[in-house]
Amino acid sequence: MAEDVLKSGNLPENPERATLEGRNKFMGFWFFLGGETVLFASLFGTYLALRNSTVDGPTGQEIFGLGLVFLMTVILLTSSLTSVYAMYHMKNNDFKKMQLWLGITVVLGFAFLGLEIYEFVHYVNDYGFGFTTSAFSTAFYTLVGFHGAHVAFGLVWIISLMIRNAKRGLNLYNAPKFYIASLYWHFIDVVWVFIFTVVYLMGKVG
Amino acid sequence: MSTTADKKAGFGSVLWDYLTTVDHKKIAVLYLIGGLFFFILGGLQAMLIRIQLIVPDNEFISAQFYNEVLTMHGTTMIFLAAMPLIFALMNAVLPLQIGARDVAFPFINSLGFWLFLFGGIFLNISWFAGGAPDVGWTAYAPLSLFSESHGVDYYAIGLQIAGFGTLMGGINFLVTVINMRAPGMTYMRMPLFTWTSFIASVLILFAFPALTVGLFLLTFDRLFEGNFFDPEMGGNVIIWEHLFWIFGHPEVYILILPAFGVFSEIIPTFSKKRLFGYSSMVFATILIAFLGFMVWAHHMFTVGLGPIANSIFSVATMAIAVPTGIKIFNWLFTMWGGSIRLTSPMVFALGFIPTFTIGGMTGVMLGAAAADFQYHDTYFVVAHFHYVIVGGTILGIFAGIIYWWPKMFGTMLNEKLNHWFFWLFFIGFHLTFFFQHFLGLMGMPRRYWKFLSDQGLDLFNLISTIGAFGMAFGTIVFLINVVMTQMKGEKVSADPWDARTLEWAIPSPPPFYNFKQEPLVRGLDPLWVEKMQGDGKIKPAEPLGDIHMPNRSFVPFMISLGLFIAGFGVMYQGAMWVLAVIGFGITAGSMLHRSLKDDIGYHVHKEELEEEGDGSNG
Repeated sequence: MAEDVLKSGNLPENPERATLEGRNKFMGFWFFLGGETVLFASLFGTYLALRNSTVDGPTGQEIFGLGLVFLMTVILLTSSLTSVYAMYHMKNNDFKKMQLWLGITVVLGFAFLGLEIYEFVHYVNDYGFGFTTSAFSTAFYTLVGFHGAHVAFGLVWIISLMIRNAKRGLNLYNAPKFYIASLYWHFIDVVWVFIFTVVYLMGKVG
Repeated sequence: MSTTADKKAGFGSVLWDYLTTVDHKKIAVLYLIGGLFFFILGGLQAMLIRIQLIVPDNEFISAQFYNEVLTMHGTTMIFLAAMPLIFALMNAVLPLQIGARDVAFPFINSLGFWLFLFGGIFLNISWFAGGAPDVGWTAYAPLSLFSESHGVDYYAIGLQIAGFGTLMGGINFLVTVINMRAPGMTYMRMPLFTWTSFIASVLILFAFPALTVGLFLLTFDRLFEGNFFDPEMGGNVIIWEHLFWIFGHPEVYILILPAFGVFSEIIPTFSKKRLFGYSSMVFATILIAFLGFMVWAHHMFTVGLGPIANSIFSVATMAIAVPTGIKIFNWLFTMWGGSIRLTSPMVFALGFIPTFTIGGMTGVMLGAAAADFQYHDTYFVVAHFHYVIVGGTILGIFAGIIYWWPKMFGTMLNEKLNHWFFWLFFIGFHLTFFFQHFLGLMGMPRRYWKFLSDQGLDLFNLISTIGAFGMAFGTIVFLINVVMTQMKGEKVSADPWDARTLEWAIPSPPPFYNFKQEPLVRGLDPLWVEKMQGDGKIKPAEPLGDIHMPNRSFVPFMISLGLFIAGFGVMYQGAMWVLAVIGFGITAGSMLHRSLKDDIGYHVHKEELEEEGDGSNG
């Protein structure tokens, strides 16, 4: 019966894939991430084509600070790990611990986002490196900004799920929702690894 | 939540029913109406183009208006007519062909439609807001940056909204095919229309994000002073061309593959034979899709990518002729020795094969990079892509509409008028476009407002315009046929064509739950298998039980409406930013509502199904 999916407790081993709706969501979201990959690939391609088009503006080598970016990378990668812990507890049907680790994930996500905003403000104020400075700057802010917007969206998503389900616990209806939110979070992480390499490392030393 | 309440519905409740429906069969009807509306609109724009070019040095419409009409004709026909009409067929038929009660994501399916519709309306509002886009449907930079009206902004934002919808529709069909097939419906038993729609959905998934990015870059450059395409600031105009065609070339296979599928259903049905070379058809479809992703630069031979790049893309382009040729021969061999019935869908199929072959042949000619320098941007190109898009996609869409009309509406379009439609349209088509090959070879460039007299271009342009009227008359006959058929409302049986696949095993139109019991599929062409080896009825795979159905929802409409409103704010900025806040607020709020409010659907109970009597499986 349909109402059963809202009962918590005694969930099967993989609650995110126990119902047809869950399996559909699971697969549909993987396909969506496939499309997102093309989206970011197009942005990366555009960035690579324009990364030396600095005109009179500053170059990446002049402005990028690897220390800050390294810190951001560590924070975001750790948040991916904590979301894995959350999913581990989901499969063990331990809702409280899942919420706890999701909470830590969210905190780390906010820390990352805060540092990114600080980074952008720093570029604009100290180097005069704005969105309209050069083709390089436009491509940089578009690529990294798209990623940042994805992080922000993911944070809103996970927080909404946490608040919505805080009182009723895990069930077959919301387990797929938590699971695909964590998939999304991993995807954001993977994209950041490429940004770190292609934008910052190659920009600093390449 | 029973639908018995809907039975004696007034206009208001029918409207509300369609605004909130998540039933793929009703969404198909919406796509059909929306697609036909934009098809007529795009057709009228085509008529304006042809009337302008009927005689040399004509002053029928102004140069500016000509540019706008030409741009909107292409944009409308590709994004707002062909795509939704294909989605109409997919929605109407695909779930039935695989024995599914529903699509994987009914809600997202409906969201896809409303995003398409609002995107299309947004684009067309440009006519009343200072001018439509006037830079060609390809909107090449830097021309698109210099266009002064807001037309190109309407283009970028309108297509962005519609494109989201297409992407969602594609994902929905992918998951539907993978997860929702009936017992026994293995991949290699799926009807070819399902296969081609499935592969087209893969193309949508991987091609549309490139357009999304391209449109974002264009929007950023035009509205937010970005520098992607501005050479003075280090930008590069070729990036747009790459992104556009990385999307644009798979897009033409998105358009043609489902049409291939339609003909692969029609030809076996009316030849009374199973499809010749089924597995090679599947393989050819996959190969076309695969190659379709690595040929985009053949649109850019004259850009100056260099001889190596041009050669590679040239060879890859010509390679596509091989799987396509396999398909052509398979259709011919299907007919070979069959007992052929010349119904109107079959006549469309017979018209399609030579027409598309000509289009494919000129495609190989254009694919020869060296020769392309001569053909590039002439009417030869215009003739080529109309041969494949009209001769392939549009003939396929109309053949499919006629073929599945009884399944969608429970009535049968008048066969005599169907034949009139075909012959007027088909002869008109060849008159219009066959001679454009020669106009192109004589050097007439595409997209020009005027041509001069006494250059040998007069006669062929005149013939071309006369042909266009033939196509218009044909379409009018079709519309009259639709109105007459629906007024008469004569009901037909479940299987009026004596067909082979699963959708013909359930009543026309099908009940809202499609299959009362999940069907058991015992082979390729399951209904035909039962007709030959059984009693002509599909066996159920499960006992009669409760059926789970999704709830209707108004949220998809609201999400799309929000983006529509926000589009104006982003475009006009200043005080209008408030619209962006309101619009994005509506969209975000609706999405949050969808995410947080439980929606577990409802059940049609076994007892209700028993009362309705036998009606599911034949």
